[in-house]
Amino acid sequence: MFEAFLSKFVYVLTSSINNGMPVLFGATGEILTEKSGHLNLGIPGVMAVGGISGVIAAFFYGQVPEMNPILTILLPMLACLLGSLVMGLIYCFLTVTLRANQNVTGLALTTFGIGIGNFFGASIIKITHVDIPSVRIDATSKLFKATLPFASKLGWFGEIFLSYRFLVYLGLIIAFIASFILFRTRLGLHLRAVGENPATADAAGINVNKYKYFATCIGSMIAGLGGFFYCIDKNGWSNDTIEPLGWIAIALVIFAIWKPHMAVVGAILFGLLLNLYDLIPALGLNIKFPQGYDKLFKMIPYIVTIIVLIITSARKKREYQPPSHLGLSYFREDR
Amino acid sequence: MDKIPALELKNITKTFGSIVANKDVCLTANKGEILAILGENGSGKTTLMNMISGIYFPDAGQIFINGREVVITSPKDAFDNGVGMIHQHFKLVDVLTAAENIVLGLEGRFNLKTATKEVASIAQKYGFDIDPMKKIYEMSVSEKQTVEIIKVLYRNANILILDEPTAVLTPQESDKLFDVLRRMKEEGKTIIIITHKLHEVLSLSDRVAVLRKGEYICSIKTSEADESILTEAMVGKKISLNIERKEPNNPVDRLVVKDLQCLNREGVHVLQDVSFTARSGEILGIAGIAGSGQRELLEAIAGLQHISSGEITYIDPKTDKHENLRDKTPVQIRQLGVRLSFVPEDRLGMGLVGNMDIVDNMMLRSYGKGKSVFLKRKEPRDLANEIINSLEVVTPSASTAVRKLSGGNVQKVLVGREIASTPTVLMAAYPVRGLDINSSYMIYNLLNQQKANGVAVIFVGEDLDVLVELCDRIMVIGSGRIAGFVDGREATKEQIGLLMTKNVSKPHSEKAEEVTQ
Repeated sequence: MFEAFLSKFVYVLTSSINNGMPVLFGATGEILTEKSGHLNLGIPGVMAVGGISGVIAAFFYGQVPEMNPILTILLPMLACLLGSLVMGLIYCFLTVTLRANQNVTGLALTTFGIGIGNFFGASIIKITHVDIPSVRIDATSKLFKATLPFASKLGWFGEIFLSYRFLVYLGLIIAFIASFILFRTRLGLHLRAVGENPATADAAGINVNKYKYFATCIGSMIAGLGGFFYCIDKNGWSNDTIEPLGWIAIALVIFAIWKPHMAVVGAILFGLLLNLYDLIPALGLNIKFPQGYDKLFKMIPYIVTIIVLIITSARKKREYQPPSHLGLSYFREDR
Repeated sequence: MDKIPALELKNITKTFGSIVANKDVCLTANKGEILAILGENGSGKTTLMNMISGIYFPDAGQIFINGREVVITSPKDAFDNGVGMIHQHFKLVDVLTAAENIVLGLEGRFNLKTATKEVASIAQKYGFDIDPMKKIYEMSVSEKQTVEIIKVLYRNANILILDEPTAVLTPQESDKLFDVLRRMKEEGKTIIIITHKLHEVLSLSDRVAVLRKGEYICSIKTSEADESILTEAMVGKKISLNIERKEPNNPVDRLVVKDLQCLNREGVHVLQDVSFTARSGEILGIAGIAGSGQRELLEAIAGLQHISSGEITYIDPKTDKHENLRDKTPVQIRQLGVRLSFVPEDRLGMGLVGNMDIVDNMMLRSYGKGKSVFLKRKEPRDLANEIINSLEVVTPSASTAVRKLSGGNVQKVLVGREIASTPTVLMAAYPVRGLDINSSYMIYNLLNQQKANGVAVIFVGEDLDVLVELCDRIMVIGSGRIAGFVDGREATKEQIGLLMTKNVSKPHSEKAEEVTQ
């Protein structure tokens, strides 16, 4: 009885962690960006570009007869980081340097990024002459999905803590490092000051635009990894699958009250909620829902986010609020 | 006492567009000295200090610190040269703690614990009372100021500039601050304090430098100065303006304010025991140092400010009915004919929408009258054109966005619209701020016209010369209390100037007395 329960619990937990990971990458990146006072609504686009860049690299390197394992890992990762960095730079140039409206720019970037993803996705599908509208990168993703060989021998402990592919650990480490930097270092103090009150930061001698650029670009690169993680998880690219994750990542930022370590908890929860429908049979529950009800389940993360918003705004604690200069451009001559 | 100059300014000039903020200012501040900088609003005090602290860069002139010429292009340069400024509007990050704010922007090893210890030792040395771990948003105004001062001291500033530090403090807090400043002076630091308040200048400073209209006038040893000498130097002699002033035509009481009290969000009295009567066919001037409660008073009458106690009675000219404005909504008050044409620091802030054109801005006040679903632009367009013609508004057309007009023209549109609605009470706050002489006169004439029409005009002004020329009666307000009433025909600027600082010197003075009635 206990054994059965434990195995179900371990299964739900591990699959939730895996499913929440793309969202965690996205949320960590977005938190860094938002802490600099920039609301990047282009995250779904950034994740799509990050995903497709990685997939393109994986696809073409996959054509090479003898694949070097290190390059198989490295090339797609670099391509993904580069692609999302370009997206971050576009966003920065428009909103930081040209002081364009952040919401409009972000939404445009989302449309743009998804378009890029779908376009190149479709192009590669054309090259491969397959019938299903998706790009397969099985060889690469197999390597990415490699786990520690001895994990399964350690029982439930191994299952819960050691059974993941390295990208999962990377996502968790990035989130905790981001939290550490934000709340424990001078760099983070300066970054938070920039997002809260750029005029004060400026007067204190902090290079406001430099911080905004760095936070947004690094944030974009982290978010891009989320898109790539998702592609690896699905063994390839399918059109229009990444965008919903991007929006959930932005919702997770609010859920996590702008703290990356809280985003870890949130990501696991969202990972569970996102796949609740698929988990029902695995849990041994014999409930049949009419067709299309899975969409209702997919709404749960958003509802949870709204509840969190209601609670945090009712609490009115300043620490739970978004950075006060979020969404506003800054230039010195304004003062 | 030997005098070593710590800071010397030579021929500093700064212009913003066509406005000359500072012209050939030469100024010296010595080591171990408290120098007060005195001047009216807009005399360029803050601009001058901002150039020393790296916010602005002078167009011409030199700055010497400890006898060495320096170029200050950023606040960091200023810190490096030992100059620290405590701004009137604090530059602090609300969600961070005091200690975090103090180390913000510094380089080197990050250790909040040692920083906290250093902050505590600075606080102890100068007698500050502060909790370094407290968040800024939990702090009172005076605590925030303390953080600002410690921030500057933490950076080893030897020249401290304080921009109107007591404007937001209670008298007790001010006294405490002055003790700290005197202690710093004994430490050999140079303190420059900008203030309007004469009694503070006299009790605190060693020397007073007076600025007037951007120019350096003189510097006086405080021991040789008194209030009238300083007022004289600050206000100066000016070419007398001639504004036509007719005798009030059959004045009757229109608005009776009795014992008005208002609190601001911090729970501090912004208005206290304010009682006065505005009469029809009369211009009642309100004089006072900026931020003495003028804005709150007008907003309270217009129904925009919460009144904690007191009465505002409006006497209807047609029915002679007494209406208590306290129970009415802003819309109801407007319908009674009480009009507020408020010109805040950002002219578009209250009353006009910058991105809308003149016609649509006219409709902002009359949209409630329309019966149809569709907008009828004919009437407002006629009104807009009338205002443009009669007030000589410089604009390409009535369909130009208000934001694109120059400040003076924006003000004309605003005042014109409020007047066009045939008010019975017209309140105008700083309607000529930033206007050139011509436009100013046009506004004065408009106010005079309204007066002739039997409107009770309330005029909040900065320029004492104009107040004395234009107003029938002048109410002087200081720190939210009435300092006195003077007759506009008999009063002198000096008399008003002294009254303006009266309440400030005696914080708990008795009820306002009527000087001449």
